[in-house]
Amino acid sequence: MTGSVVQMNAQGAPTARPGRRRFGRTWLGLAPFAIFSTLFLLIPTAYLVVGSFQDPAGDLTLQNYADLSDPVITNAYATSLEISLVTAVAGGVYGFLMAYAVISAGLPRRLRSGLMTFSGVASNFAGIPLALAFIFTIGRTGLLTTFLDSVGIRPYESGFSLYTKVGLEIVYFYFQLPLMILIIAPAIDGLKQEWREASENMGATSRQYWRYVALPVLMPSLLGAMILLFGNAFGAQATAYQLTGGFINLVPLLIGNQLSGDVLHNVGLGYALAMGMVAILGITLIAYSVLQRRSERWLR
Amino acid sequence: MTADVQAGAPAIPAATPTAAVATAGRPRRAPWRILWWLIFLAGVAYFTLPLVGTLAFSLRAIPPLSAYTDILTDQQFFTSLGYSFVVGLLTIVISISLMVPTAFWVRLRMPRARPAVEYITLLPFVVPPIVLVFALISTYSHPPLPFTHTDIGSTALLVCGYVVLSFPYMYRAVDVGLRSMDIRALTEASQSLGANWFTILTQVILPNLRVALLSGAFLTLAIVIGEFTMANYLARPAFAPYLSLLGSNEPYQQSAVALVSFGLTWVAMGFITILGRGSRSKIAVTGAR
Repeated sequence: MTGSVVQMNAQGAPTARPGRRRFGRTWLGLAPFAIFSTLFLLIPTAYLVVGSFQDPAGDLTLQNYADLSDPVITNAYATSLEISLVTAVAGGVYGFLMAYAVISAGLPRRLRSGLMTFSGVASNFAGIPLALAFIFTIGRTGLLTTFLDSVGIRPYESGFSLYTKVGLEIVYFYFQLPLMILIIAPAIDGLKQEWREASENMGATSRQYWRYVALPVLMPSLLGAMILLFGNAFGAQATAYQLTGGFINLVPLLIGNQLSGDVLHNVGLGYALAMGMVAILGITLIAYSVLQRRSERWLR
Repeated sequence: MTADVQAGAPAIPAATPTAAVATAGRPRRAPWRILWWLIFLAGVAYFTLPLVGTLAFSLRAIPPLSAYTDILTDQQFFTSLGYSFVVGLLTIVISISLMVPTAFWVRLRMPRARPAVEYITLLPFVVPPIVLVFALISTYSHPPLPFTHTDIGSTALLVCGYVVLSFPYMYRAVDVGLRSMDIRALTEASQSLGANWFTILTQVILPNLRVALLSGAFLTLAIVIGEFTMANYLARPAFAPYLSLLGSNEPYQQSAVALVSFGLTWVAMGFITILGRGSRSKIAVTGAR
């Protein structure tokens, strides 16, 4: 079966001689990539999968997955999911508004390229320096905190803290927002001026235009982008590590603790924990690709 | 920079009279415009505040600017930055020499393999750095391949991990770049002149891809220099772990280095913006950190 397909492909390329003889060499071209990804991606991931189904003695078990119901672990998943969801939706909505403001809302053209360039930088400004920037600004002795203290507003005495879930969400928002701006800008560009004119000619109000034209066209892109944001926050580790010193209970931090000192006292449970993360991110990627296909229908 | 932040405040009172006038003439246009300005300026304020805060914090050091002069005398700053830079360059070289032939071959001879290759290059979205480093350490910390037992082995493992992280955007950049040229005609022309595969790839395909590859290279460099998770758990003397640990003794210097790190990202992305002008290959979306 495979041989005939090769022949068909080969007909398109006059220099290649059709025939079974070439089959091995054709595959050989992909060998370096195949070997590399097998060694450093597929085998290690498979190692985790297999390990997650083994007990310490190496026998087959489902106990590791049953142990995920431990309150510490379910709590970590709940917190991770909540932070990812909140920052994906908030960053998604505000990122869309900001992108729309510079692209279609009549703000000076120059702002657009400025915001896009900055977003490219800011979406990569994650991890340690980002957490530090927020600590220096609204940490307990940060610039803004001391300023607010001096004018009588004491954020840390009225229940705010950077080193909590809300604080972490504020920090994550910093890379979610620019990422949304970058992803959604092409979709906003794809909204054709003619659609608006057509709906206005037919007597539609601005609200009706949004309700029945713009939002339905944009919806797959918006949802897809937010799903990408969700995955982006869910997999993040360094920012939370630096900000909370590993004390806030998140799945990536739990995996980090397991990695540096087997805190779960069960290697298999650590593997199952990582597999849970992979499963959730796998679902988000599938959902994303489905929505991506839909959004391509209108936005070309 | 502070001016930007404060500019949001006077905009509000100034807005009211304009709005009132405009509503009489062209309904709703001006107030909406002001709302969009407010949304934009609030976002800009949020973006700038942490940077201003970090800058102001670094300037609190006594004597003034000592936070920055301390960097210059800090041996570890240069060794860790140099280490990350070298790791970044190795990552770029390996990533390009894997991705260009693969994407080329998929387009030219193996379109059937496209779904599989695309699937693998997207896997790093599903296996985030923390899980990848967990998997790499679990697999390669014991025989038959005890990478983590030696320094050079750990660094090799780190580079390979970074190459995997670069798969999604590198493959897409190369693939988009290849789409814009007729590789079949280029290959046949080269073959008829007697070129072998190596010559075709290095002398014909690679030069045509230089914008896409340079963008990918700068993005990789920015990512590798800022990457913490994998370097930290592999116990590598990289830049981000150095920055992370600096704080306990040298908070001012830490804020200065954090700004330097932001500046490095800015330079790398600046190159990408300049390169990207007038080209169709745009890469921006990377994985989680």
